[in-house]
This record gives sequence, structure tokens and C-alpha cells, in this order.
Amino acid sequence: MPILPAAFADLEPYGEWSLRTERERYAKRLSSSMEELQAFYDATFPRLEDALAHLDGLDFEELPEDAERLLWLYYSVVNASFPVEVWRQARVPDSGAASIDCVVEPAV
Amino acid sequence: MAHFPKPAEGSWTEHFKLGTEPISYADSISPEHYELERDAIFRRTWLNVGRVEQLPKIGSYFTKELDAARTSVVVVRDKEGAVRAFHNICRHRGNKLVWNDYPGEETSGVCRQFTCKYHGWRYGLDGGLTFVQQESEFFDLDKADYGLAAVRAEVWEGFIFVNLDPGDTTPLEEYMGGLGAGLAGYPFEKMTQVFKYRADVGSNWKLFIDAFTEFYHAPVLHQKQAVSEESRKLAKVGFEALAYDIEGPHGMVSSWGGMAPPKDPSMVKPIERALRSGLFGPWDRPVDVDLPAGLNPARHPAWGVDSFLFFPNFMLLVWAPNWYLTYHYWPTSYNTHIFECGLYFVPPKNARERLAQELAAVTFKEYALQDGNTLEATQTMLEAGAVKEFPLCDQEILLRHLHKVCKDYLDDHAGRTPGTPLRATAVS
Repeated sequence: MPILPAAFADLEPYGEWSLRTERERYAKRLSSSMEELQAFYDATFPRLEDALAHLDGLDFEELPEDAERLLWLYYSVVNASFPVEVWRQARVPDSGAASIDCVVEPAV
Repeated sequence: MAHFPKPAEGSWTEHFKLGTEPISYADSISPEHYELERDAIFRRTWLNVGRVEQLPKIGSYFTKELDAARTSVVVVRDKEGAVRAFHNICRHRGNKLVWNDYPGEETSGVCRQFTCKYHGWRYGLDGGLTFVQQESEFFDLDKADYGLAAVRAEVWEGFIFVNLDPGDTTPLEEYMGGLGAGLAGYPFEKMTQVFKYRADVGSNWKLFIDAFTEFYHAPVLHQKQAVSEESRKLAKVGFEALAYDIEGPHGMVSSWGGMAPPKDPSMVKPIERALRSGLFGPWDRPVDVDLPAGLNPARHPAWGVDSFLFFPNFMLLVWAPNWYLTYHYWPTSYNTHIFECGLYFVPPKNARERLAQELAAVTFKEYALQDGNTLEATQTMLEAGAVKEFPLCDQEILLRHLHKVCKDYLDDHAGRTPGTPLRATAVS
């Protein structure tokens, strides 16, 4: 069953990246290979403007569920862009065992 | 060659008369020294424990674990709307009063009164004892004598502080001094969209402050964050602040920040160009702000961020695109602390603004991971003791100042009679 707005049917194969929390998105990034991150980015980044246009046409305070899931998907695009655009690895370079947890984030 | 002017003395460090000799890290590597700091610093200064937005209505409360100050406090909005704080302890037999499942973890909520989980004693929002289970079993118990132990709490620009020193009568506003006064009127209250991060860090609390009170490291440690041509350029130029200021125990650094928006879009990553955001925050300013006098003191057109350290452990960074960042470093032992960070934005009006904030928040985290990763190893090597003196450059003036202020507080504490207020002038 599709989870994203109909206009974004081409992104359905990446639906598993539509994650509500930063913690989940970050974990998904760390557990992905560079090939997977690249494929996700290549499919989603060119649709960013379309997604923004779609979302900005809606009331941000009352986004329908499919739009909310599209927004979460693009939070993941943000998260995955770092390795793809610069680092060529899932973790930020020179961060070793350091960890920082997101403990409060906006509801949407 | 200097890109920005320095004071007539030739350096910021000499201008503020802090000495130019190498410093010692003996204050960061021993349990004995930390024990002194707990009493001389964390039980003697105003500590920022939160924001008024965390107490939206009457009965809203949160707890704060202050291990360094040897206590836990409950902060609450009382029936008159005032912010009060109490030691988080039941007056009956010392049970921790407010907690949820795990007594050591912080909690928050809304209540009409506080009820002890142990024997059901109840306290009003003003701390007064209102109910004693089987009161007639007690001997001459006057409830008026057993209200919660109050902690001084005051609010500065919406930031809630507590002070555990019963002998210190310095009002918070006076403690915040000229640097605090210079921020008065900044619209912190409009920036209620919050992201918070937390990390357990294996280093002395001062080492992480040291890392964040200088930007000298930024072009080097964070070189791999940027697109390569730009990062090579940055590393070659290095870092120079626009200005520094020091007053009493507090200090600030003012920095350029040409990245929001960048002069040349090719300087930044594709995602930053697409979302018009990055480390310095969203490029499009959500509100017009008349900067208070204390921000961008050099009045430089390329101003990007001012970073304040309010002693001992509260950092406040105000960014040109109208958002702010807080850091807190809560010691848990001489070589461990909890690092807390908050990013505060004007609530987004649409998904585009929300995604720009997401990019700023995630970018911040990636930088902080690099900053945090160096600390545990630094701690270990400092403790090894093979090297005892460390040279600091002029761009590291705020950490030179921090270690000096810590020493002054310890000296002052050792020399003073218990109960006398610590004079702000003693540490300037």
C-alpha cells in the first residue's frame, strides 16, 4: 500500500526511510551502505523542489498523513546527504565512538 | 596577517591582562580538585537550568539533576505564576520527592501539588506542607515548619537560574553583568521551536567548554565537513574573531559568518543550496531583529555568531539569521560530564522552513560529534601527566580566562568565611 502522496509514487521504493524520529533516521543511515545511501539520494534529491512545492501548498499545521510521511522522508534525505555529498562514508569522519542523542525534537 | 583589528596592546589576551604564559591542566585531572570545584563553583554560582517555556502554566514543573552541586532541584510555576525552585527532597525522611520510575532521571509534567511516593506527604506549589499521612501519630508536628527547602530561582531573559549558595545575595541580573545586559531585549521568547541533544562525555567539563569557546580549531578539525576546495581555503586562512569581551567571570567571542547565505553558492553543498540552510542556520531570516548593543560588538557587516560563556557552564550562541543555541556542561565526576545542547528557532510556517531547520540541527550534530570525539583521548593524555604546560594563542583567550576564573573561585572559597557572599570583583 502506498504511503506517500500519489505524485511521489516513484519514491515508494524508499518508503522505509520515512521515519518519524531523528534517532531512527540516523540509525538507518549508519546501517546503510554507501551504495544504498547513494541510490536513496539519487532518487530523492532531484524531487526535492517538487516535494517542497507539494508540502508548501498544504496547511503546515494540519498536514495530511501522506504529506507528513513525505516530510519525514525528506528529513532522511537531509540526514543521508552528508555522506553522499562529501564524506563518502556513513559516519562523520574523525568521530570514532562519540555519540550524541537527539532527546527533544519538534512533533512534526 | 591580521584580518580584523586587535586592541592597542597588540592582543586580546594582553588587553584583558590575562597573562600569556602556558597553562596547566592540573585543574582537570584529579578527583580531589573536582571536589573543590563542586563546593567553590557549582554551589556558589547562578546555574541555568532551563527556560520559562518549559513551565507554560501554573503547576508546570521539571526536575534538574545537579550532581556537581550535590543536589537535585524541582522547578515549578506557582499559583501566582512565579518560578520557584526547591531541593527535590521530602521533609519527612529524605525520600527524593519528584521522579518517575527512575529516581536518578529528570522528569517534567504538570501537577496541583507534589505528593511523596513514600508516605504520601503533600506539598503545595509554593512548597508549603499541606498534608501529612496519619498526622495525629506525630509528636508536636507543625506543618508550617516542614515546607520544602527552597532554592533561590530567578529569571533572566526567559532563562531560569538557580543558586544554591544561601550566603550569596547577588541578584541574577547583577551576576550576568554587562554581557548579560547587552543581550536584553533579544526575542528569545519567539524562538520556541526546539531541538535538544545530550551526550555522556568522558572528559572533565572544562575541556568541552575549552573546545567550544575557541573557533581556532574549526577550520582544521571540521575540514572534512565542507566541500573540499572551500575547506582547503578555510584551513589556510585559519580563524580570527571579530572581537572578544570579558567581564567578571563571563566572556564572549564574536565571529564572522559569511555562510548564511554564502557569497558564492558553489562554496556550499548541494543540500545547503537547495534548502538555503547550513551550520550557520537557515539563510532566510524569520523575523526582523534590532540587535541589542551586546551583539556584534564590532558592528562588522560579516558578523555571523556571538558565543557567550556565562560562568560556570552555560554557553549561549546567538546567530545572525535569528536563532540561538545553548550548551550546558554538567559534571558527573572529574573526568565525566553530561553535555546538553539546545537549538531554538522561530516556529516554521511551512515545510520549507522546517526542512531548513532540520538541516541546521543535523549539521550541528555532525560537527559536535567531531568535537566530542577528541575529548576522551585528551583527558587520558592529560592524566598521563607527561606534559604539564600548554601554550594558548590569542584566539584561545576565553579558555585561558575560564581556567583562571575557576582558580579564583577556588582561592576565594578557601579564603572566605562560610556564609559570606562571593564578590564578583574577586574574580575580574
